[in-house]
Amino acid sequence: MNLPRKKFPFWQQHWLGLLLLATALLAVPFVAALGGQAWVRIANFAILYVFLALGLNIVVGYAGLLDLGYVAFYAVGAYAYALLASPHFGIHLPFWVILPFGAALACLFGVLLGAPTLKLRGDYLAIVTLGFGEIIRIFMNNLNAPINVTNGAQGITLIDPIRIGDFSFSQTSTILGVTLSGPQKYYFLLVALAILVIVVNMRLQDSRIGRAWQAIREDEVAAKACGINTRNIKLLAFAMGASFGGIAGGVFAAMQGFVSPESFSLMESITILAMVVLGGMGHIPGVILGAVLLTALPEALRYGIEPIQQAAFGRMIIDPESLRMLVFGLALVLVMRFRPAGLWPSSLRRRELAEATD
Amino acid sequence: MDTLLQQLINGLTLGAVYALVALGYTMVYGIIGLINFAHGEVVMIGTMVAFTVIVSLAGSGMPPLLILGIGLLVAVLACMILGWALERVAYRPLRHAPRLTPLITAIGMSIVLQNVAMIIWGRNYITFPPMINKEIFEVGGASFTNVQVAIVCLAALVMLGLTYLVQRTRIGMAMRATAQNPHVALLMGVDINRVIAMAFIIGSALGALAGCMVGSYYEIAHYQMGFMLGLKAFTAAVLGGIGNMAGAMAGGLLLGIIEALGAGYIGDLTGDFLGSHYQDIFAFVVLIIVLMFRPSGLFGERTGDRA
Amino acid sequence: MPVDKVLMYLDNRPFAGPVTNTILEIKSMNHVRIPGVLVVLAASLAVVGCGKKEEPKAAAPAAAPVAAAPAPAKPEIIVVKIGHVAPLTGPIAHLGKDNENGARLAIEDANAKKVEIGGKVVQFELLGEDDQADPKTGTVVAQKLVDAKVAGVVGHLNSGTTIPASAIYNQAGLPQISPSATNPKYTQQGFNTAFRVMANDIQQGSVVGTYAVKDLGGKKIAIIDDRTAYGQGLADEVEKAAKAAGATVVAREFTTDKATDFKAILTKIKAKKPDVIFLGGMDAVGGPMLKQIKELGIQAKFTTGDGGCSPELIKLAGPASEGVICTQAGLPPEKLPNGQKFLEDFTKKYGQIQIYSPYSYDAVMVLVDAMKRANSADPAKYLPEVGKTSYDGVTGKIEFDEKGDIKNGAITVFEIKDGKLVTLKSEGGTAPK
Repeated sequence: MNLPRKKFPFWQQHWLGLLLLATALLAVPFVAALGGQAWVRIANFAILYVFLALGLNIVVGYAGLLDLGYVAFYAVGAYAYALLASPHFGIHLPFWVILPFGAALACLFGVLLGAPTLKLRGDYLAIVTLGFGEIIRIFMNNLNAPINVTNGAQGITLIDPIRIGDFSFSQTSTILGVTLSGPQKYYFLLVALAILVIVVNMRLQDSRIGRAWQAIREDEVAAKACGINTRNIKLLAFAMGASFGGIAGGVFAAMQGFVSPESFSLMESITILAMVVLGGMGHIPGVILGAVLLTALPEALRYGIEPIQQAAFGRMIIDPESLRMLVFGLALVLVMRFRPAGLWPSSLRRRELAEATD
Repeated sequence: MDTLLQQLINGLTLGAVYALVALGYTMVYGIIGLINFAHGEVVMIGTMVAFTVIVSLAGSGMPPLLILGIGLLVAVLACMILGWALERVAYRPLRHAPRLTPLITAIGMSIVLQNVAMIIWGRNYITFPPMINKEIFEVGGASFTNVQVAIVCLAALVMLGLTYLVQRTRIGMAMRATAQNPHVALLMGVDINRVIAMAFIIGSALGALAGCMVGSYYEIAHYQMGFMLGLKAFTAAVLGGIGNMAGAMAGGLLLGIIEALGAGYIGDLTGDFLGSHYQDIFAFVVLIIVLMFRPSGLFGERTGDRA
Repeated sequence: MPVDKVLMYLDNRPFAGPVTNTILEIKSMNHVRIPGVLVVLAASLAVVGCGKKEEPKAAAPAAAPVAAAPAPAKPEIIVVKIGHVAPLTGPIAHLGKDNENGARLAIEDANAKKVEIGGKVVQFELLGEDDQADPKTGTVVAQKLVDAKVAGVVGHLNSGTTIPASAIYNQAGLPQISPSATNPKYTQQGFNTAFRVMANDIQQGSVVGTYAVKDLGGKKIAIIDDRTAYGQGLADEVEKAAKAAGATVVAREFTTDKATDFKAILTKIKAKKPDVIFLGGMDAVGGPMLKQIKELGIQAKFTTGDGGCSPELIKLAGPASEGVICTQAGLPPEKLPNGQKFLEDFTKKYGQIQIYSPYSYDAVMVLVDAMKRANSADPAKYLPEVGKTSYDGVTGKIEFDEKGDIKNGAITVFEIKDGKLVTLKSEGGTAPK
């Protein structure tokens, strides 16, 4: 089935497809703007979630470590940005200093979380990571006294947008004759970041580290016996996943101009995990699909449910808001029921599933 | 001293409820290794059904305790059916799917149940009608109500009954066999599907009972009440060693007491640096410390390889 | 194991079966080695080309859906859309729906009055949105309203969603009036579009704190808050006011807005023997808390702010709510000519008022009033008039200070007697004649 073949670099094999994809990606903010800037914002959040989901994919998809507290790193990154670029402490560092710093800080937290949980497996790990996520959130919510660090539940306002010289990402401006709104500019920034994380994911997948993760995922004892330093490799997975979470958090803070602990609830972690699993764990296109679908679905339902009900029954039977989340939940259940390995699993996973009798 | 006693009483009541809910998680997990994330919502549905029954019977002139009893019975039956349906519709088709698949299904079911409950019972907080006339007892400066006594006693009774069921009856034996090794159990003539369905049904019945207790104790119900309760109970189950029934009971009680003492004394312990806003952290910190030294929980077996 | 081929799938088969190597081989053989620079070049060309091509389209939508708003579509009737945002799902959905109902009633009343702007009768329309109390959803929804060309926005309910959304409304130049966001920071951002018709935490906290000490004779005060932006802000202000009035704060305890068990913190409070307990939190927390206070035999007087000053609290706490002292921003309805009518209309239509619906009603009316005075529904034209508002609402006289906060907002103290909110006294504010 797998004949050895000469491997060209990925982009060389698929230059045509890449070109088409690039064109499509470039067109998105302009096409979306036809339906209103809100759709550009939705697209931005979708890409932000692609970014987050791919970060989590390293931990869950590759290394097989079930992490229910991923949002903690997202929060660390967001607060790092908020505190270092807002009037709260009166510090206004440029983004190219803070984003790497946020990533590094999140990375440190990743190791902090990873270290005590190395011995834990499966569902025990899940609950500990969940607890970790809650601990971070509770601290953010309460560190306003005795020293006001995070400003508690009131959150931090007036966070600087990402800015290069006089070019601010939050304003509408015209570049080379093209008028770009704030959300559209963030779109391109987010796409660039997403490409970064996709490349890292792809390179990792077939690297020594990636294979080591896979080995740990399939059988940790055997992996250890093969000479893999499981401790360091697992910590590395946590650290890398966390760094991406940190960057995403920073961009989120800049984009929103406001952070408060309620953005980093457990439900957020669960949503990101659902994206990874629903799309197809460990499979990059699958994860991307999952993230885009789960972000767009509730929003599309927001627009769609009312007219659909009107058309079907001639009046509103059920509140659109109740129905929206109901449909979302049903979608999760049904997708998992009929595509248990995710919407777009890797071929390896699919085969495993077909063979599995256990 | 009376404060400490009072905190222990507070914790015990809370812990009894946690323990009952935790049993629901642990029974399912022990047998098929699935975290039934929707269990908290089953508890919520139990409370809501009992609420509806009680309210509709309230004007009938029956004695309040009888009404409560009927409400409880209907809630338990409804949840048993719900538990069975959940297993049949959502989880059974996924028994051979990758490990995380049923987890996402469970989350999906939890969202579905919450929103169905919102459509049926509304988005407002509901006053759970008090059917027991509250009497307040005072012992050594600490006070508690008859409802609390009833909760603790009922929980203890149910746990005893459940232990009997699992240790002494045929279906209990089948459950233990399936938990040990489903394949061999199958070869020995155990109807695995039935055993798994039973685990869900019994777990949901316990959940309904816990739901009614929560309802009568706090006299408040809401369509989102199951989420936090489920989360805490799940923590309790892991603390005790998930899959282990004694562990779930101990974990529940322990968690209840930890929370009460944590909220009560964390300020004194840290010189008021950390106040009761960190009470939810307390439970998780204890959990992390316990798992660092006993990676399978307090009562969990050191089997290790259930990843 | 075949390497995952992102583009293979994207090109050919969205949910593909097994990848066959033949296709891969053909692809790789057909392919010509192109240096990376070229690809980058091609991509950047695409940027320019695509951008140029798209430009007119990007500009088009701005014009397309406008027709609905101030454009004179029909000669005699023009439609003006007003946006309303509050959480309609989640734990405080009942308050969100209440706000929306208040705004809806205002729209109906305004339509019944046949308001004329520029000689044309205005048909107001409410665009109600759900922000799930989530800041992220809040911004998306805000953008959606901006896209829909609403003339103004009433909302959001929570401070946490109001603040990030306010930046978007400000950029679009849309007046935003929050009926319930009490976080002082909302109006401190320097946005000329941000207003609120409700006293902020500082104003309310000082009234409750002083009342607890001066009128209730509290010397030892215990303060609980629910760690939300609202509860925390209010409790901090009460603490300041109580200390300033000469009382000591013997306990400062915390809970969450999702908790139902408060016995641990109440036990701790009981040991400190306070005269007055203050809760900075919502009715859903206050209800069960009052019952538990009773069960623990705590004698202290219970006070709370507007979040707990609702019929819902009475319903949830039952007899345990007797004697509770609470405050609401605004004047009591019986003192206001319009208040009683609003009360009757609202109750008839939607049932009991929760908390903030009178404010969302007033917020809509303030917008309508400003449009009337400016004789225009164009946000750019009538925005300055919003700041100059002097309107007799159902919650009292509404005037804004330079930040957009309500000027001299009235605070009314209530006591719960026989299951009803009874007015004790009002501070500040002027009743219209």
